[in-house]
Amino acid sequence: MTERHPVLRISKLGKTFETRSGSFEALRDVDLSIYEGEFVSIIGHSGCGKSTLLNLVAGLETVTLGGIFLDGILVDGPGPERAVVFQNHSLLPWLTVYGNVRLAVDKVFAGRKTSAERDAWTREMLDLVNMAHPADKRPSEISGGMKQRVGIARALAMEPKVLLLDEPFGALDALTRAQLQDSVMEIHARLGNTVVMITHDVDEAVLLSDRIVMMSNGPAAGIGEIHEVSLQRPRRRLELGEHPDYLAARTAVMRFLTRNRTDKAA
Amino acid sequence: MKSAALAIVKPVEEPETDMRETPRPPSTALREPLRREPSRLEAILRPVFLPAVTFALVLLGWTVMQAAFLPAFPDVPTVWNKAVEIFSNPFYVYGPNDMGIAWQVMYSLGRVLAGFFLALAVGIPAGFLIGANKTFEQAWMPLIAILRPVSPLAWLPIGLLVFRAVDPSAIFVIFITSIWPVILNTAAGVKAIPQDYLNVARVLNFDRREMVTKIYVPATLPYMLTGMQLSLSTAWMVIVAAEMLTGGIGIGFYIWDEWNNLSVPSIIVAIVIIGCVGIVLETGMNFVRRRYDYTGKKE
Repeated sequence: MTERHPVLRISKLGKTFETRSGSFEALRDVDLSIYEGEFVSIIGHSGCGKSTLLNLVAGLETVTLGGIFLDGILVDGPGPERAVVFQNHSLLPWLTVYGNVRLAVDKVFAGRKTSAERDAWTREMLDLVNMAHPADKRPSEISGGMKQRVGIARALAMEPKVLLLDEPFGALDALTRAQLQDSVMEIHARLGNTVVMITHDVDEAVLLSDRIVMMSNGPAAGIGEIHEVSLQRPRRRLELGEHPDYLAARTAVMRFLTRNRTDKAA
Repeated sequence: MKSAALAIVKPVEEPETDMRETPRPPSTALREPLRREPSRLEAILRPVFLPAVTFALVLLGWTVMQAAFLPAFPDVPTVWNKAVEIFSNPFYVYGPNDMGIAWQVMYSLGRVLAGFFLALAVGIPAGFLIGANKTFEQAWMPLIAILRPVSPLAWLPIGLLVFRAVDPSAIFVIFITSIWPVILNTAAGVKAIPQDYLNVARVLNFDRREMVTKIYVPATLPYMLTGMQLSLSTAWMVIVAAEMLTGGIGIGFYIWDEWNNLSVPSIIVAIVIIGCVGIVLETGMNFVRRRYDYTGKKE
């Protein structure tokens, strides 16, 4: 982090849902700056509003108070410069693997790239996530891990300024999850994109992140603590197990989560 | 340490589960002695042999019943000879009220397809509006709820009154028959579109047109095809009754005409023809559905 340039700035952000049984304040006074090339995880108990926070950044929900700025410009509504990898992959089942990525490429690069260039870009992105082979398969014909790879390729293909990952590995088994985490680390090392990831997995957060943002419990949740993970990159999961920085980060997050847990959440 | 953290992970949702998996037999011990592997020859012959036995039994029962109780009913050879006669010259035209069986079927099919496609042209957009827009749904659903259970034939007099001709009235009846399943299934399909697909479209900043062509239509297609299949098979049933009432030409009129001629063998042949055309329509729709329905996995 030589040049500290905030790509994304969240300022005094508040979100209140109007429900049938009255209003519910999900988030209050969230302040966070995310810098170029940074990998930030947001962790917290379920229901703490971390997904709400991501949806607000993505523009899928409307802000109640405060603002979100991308490169200094106020975010109002969704857009490909804040591409989202959804937890359940959200691939369109009637399109092939290639078609799902191409859909995004065609939209984002309409008028800027020729058809041949868009085809090449689509294939490059599929190659990046090791999904070049099954490009002509439908989502129903591939495994959950492969689907999520395609979801990542689709998001990366939009060349987002910030890549938003919404518990991207939550629905995967442990082995697939580890493989995908390694892939995401590799891609992050290669492309240097700015990433915000929602997770509830402490190890995942420590392994992948430069900073871990810990959220307090709702209602009116906010940022509790922020822990910097100073581990060298590239990080190898097997070597990290006994590393003091790793253990320190892990302990810090665990301590925060344990202290903040509500009785029913444990 | 790793495993401790993994325990926090939510229970893994298994998205790959095939809902159509055959249920496991309750007890293999009971089943084992009863089942043996069918040989390949058996596997090929069974689908031919078993129906052949059924047909033979029906023909036998028919012959026995006819001989014993129903001398007025034609016997099997009479009907067979009639079928040979009908099929020997299916395309004759001896005047507007006397044409070969192929023309009769084609007129009926023509009316069914005309009414069916008109119903698609109106029903699919209507279904989209009702499925996507709460106001439309509230405004139109009560009317549809009242009209849907009405036999389409009840509309025939109104058709005759409005159009003052047989053909458009029959087409109108088929249109009424076909439109309800198309509207309701399309609307159900639009409502069933997962929020995730819409979120993808929103992140990509799709405009209204792209939303419709790239998300709404393909996502709804399987539902629409279900509605279409339902419509078409019902329409084929309704046309026979409609044509009995309208007269002129068509397979339904043909049956009524032969009844007036007291030619029961022709009626039996016509019934078989109607059944076979129904199978062709059903197979055609199944083919289209398999081609476009992404939800069904490949067999």
